Amino acid sequence: MSNIPLAGYLIVSAIMFFAGVYGFLSRRNMLTILMSLELMLNAADINFVAFNKFLYPGQMDGAFFAMFAIGVSAAETAIAIAIIINIYRNIKNIYVDEVNKMKY
Amino acid sequence: MKQEMSLMVVFLILIVYDLFASENLKKYFQPVACLLFLAHTIYGFFPQAVGTSFAGMYVCYGAEISMKNILNIGVLLVLLQSNGWLSKEDTSFKRGEFFMLTLLTLFGMYLMISSGNFILFYIGLETASLPMAALAAFDKYKNNSAEAGAKYIFNAVFSSACLLFGLSFLYGACGTFYFEDLATCVYSTPLLVMSLVFISVGLFFKISLVPFHFWTADVYQGAPTNVTAYLSTISKGAAVFALMAILYKVFGNMYDEWQNMLWWIVLITITVGNLFAMRQTNLKRFLAFSSVSQAGYIALAVLAGSVQGMASTMYYILVYIFSNMAAFGVINAIETKTGKVDMTDYNGLYKTNPKLALAMMISVFSLGGIPPLAGFFSKFFVFTAAAAQGQYLLVLFALLNTIISLYYYLLVVKAMFINPNETPIEKFNSDGYMKISLVFCMIGLIVVGFARGIYEYLSLVGFGA
Repeated sequence: MSNIPLAGYLIVSAIMFFAGVYGFLSRRNMLTILMSLELMLNAADINFVAFNKFLYPGQMDGAFFAMFAIGVSAAETAIAIAIIINIYRNIKNIYVDEVNKMKY
Repeated sequence: MKQEMSLMVVFLILIVYDLFASENLKKYFQPVACLLFLAHTIYGFFPQAVGTSFAGMYVCYGAEISMKNILNIGVLLVLLQSNGWLSKEDTSFKRGEFFMLTLLTLFGMYLMISSGNFILFYIGLETASLPMAALAAFDKYKNNSAEAGAKYIFNAVFSSACLLFGLSFLYGACGTFYFEDLATCVYSTPLLVMSLVFISVGLFFKISLVPFHFWTADVYQGAPTNVTAYLSTISKGAAVFALMAILYKVFGNMYDEWQNMLWWIVLITITVGNLFAMRQTNLKRFLAFSSVSQAGYIALAVLAGSVQGMASTMYYILVYIFSNMAAFGVINAIETKTGKVDMTDYNGLYKTNPKLALAMMISVFSLGGIPPLAGFFSKFFVFTAAAAQGQYLLVLFALLNTIISLYYYLLVVKAMFINPNETPIEKFNSDGYMKISLVFCMIGLIVVGFARGIYEYLSLVGFGA
């Protein structure tokens, strides 16, 4: 475990982040979009913890920030799911193609 | 600190009132809430202790206090205008919730503005943006409102993920989250440039500058008009203040990099916002694109990076709050009574509702920057601040765009005063709160332009990069 270099963590988190961006732009189901967003948020959390462990082992700032970010992202998910459920009740569908009634 | 405390007191009083008051007492919720918030707004103008607390996490000096006062004025107008919409049958039982969510987002904005540490900043940003999604989806049985909520929350989370990713690299480079410590270690290395770009993207989404503006029109159209007014003035203003604080305090050493970045952003924001606004027929979408181009002018003042730039940004947002709140107030009053929001519906409005037409005319003139009104002076100060830093070419582009914007602002005036209409909107009386707020906006639009003390005070408290 301990012989994985910092770059390894950063590469994983970069791949996760951009996989999330790709999913956000290409997926059609709102729940999958939400999962992509979680992927992006978690990539940032990995970065915080990895930087903290390797570069600044004497302090805990990065880990604290990661914990705050996890808590906030849980709240974000809760609100997003509430809105998705509301849309499902209205139009019986959660595909983004159906949620485009406002166009100019 | 005083303003946060008094806002929390107002919030707690209202939540207890909403939960435990009897049906008879609940009739007075709106006046009590507005009066309490008025007291809070006035309280913010009294002199208060400045300094930092929580080991530098919380910063509050003259500039931050002025920013909060400006936001308070805007929120007071939003709360006053909400009565007509909240008195409807399908929303009246949610009146309390609207006030809770609004005050909570305002609290988040306070934290965001006066944070001295990125942890507090992030919490404030999320506190400001998550209840906002609930507000956008407030009319939950209307498809458009639910759609607006979904679009807002997805874009907000996407932008905050970008912001977090940028912050993680900033932490990797410097090992701290305190603005003061970061300012000494930030130099233009590739890692920090990347972090700057990601952090700025997160905030540009909130301000709806151009490559990140796609959510703006849909959310503004779908959300209830009152919430749209809130989104377009207060939320945008708070995000601009936060962007300014971060760029000036943390990235002050990378002035050249972010000035270069903002240069292009301002150029396309003003142009695209204006060009798209011309072809809109729905007034809410129209004002959405107009507010995109206004955001470009605000970013032009941020770009200046000087004390003058900061003062003119705050001044611009104060005037922008008055003019946009007046325009949305008129739209809100008409939509509540008749449900019409298209520009063709406004044909001949002057014949039936001359006062509303006059208020709308003054507000769009101010948005366009016609001389006797405050909008002219705010644009003038912004251009002066940018020109003082040698941005002559960009100021020229902005001036040309002001002329384009006059064209589409005058389209609204033409519709109301000149276009004939067989069946104009009938004559009606809006409620007292709306009248008070519109009168307040009109007074603001005229007085703020001529009261020279305001700009002088703002340049006294401002700070540069």
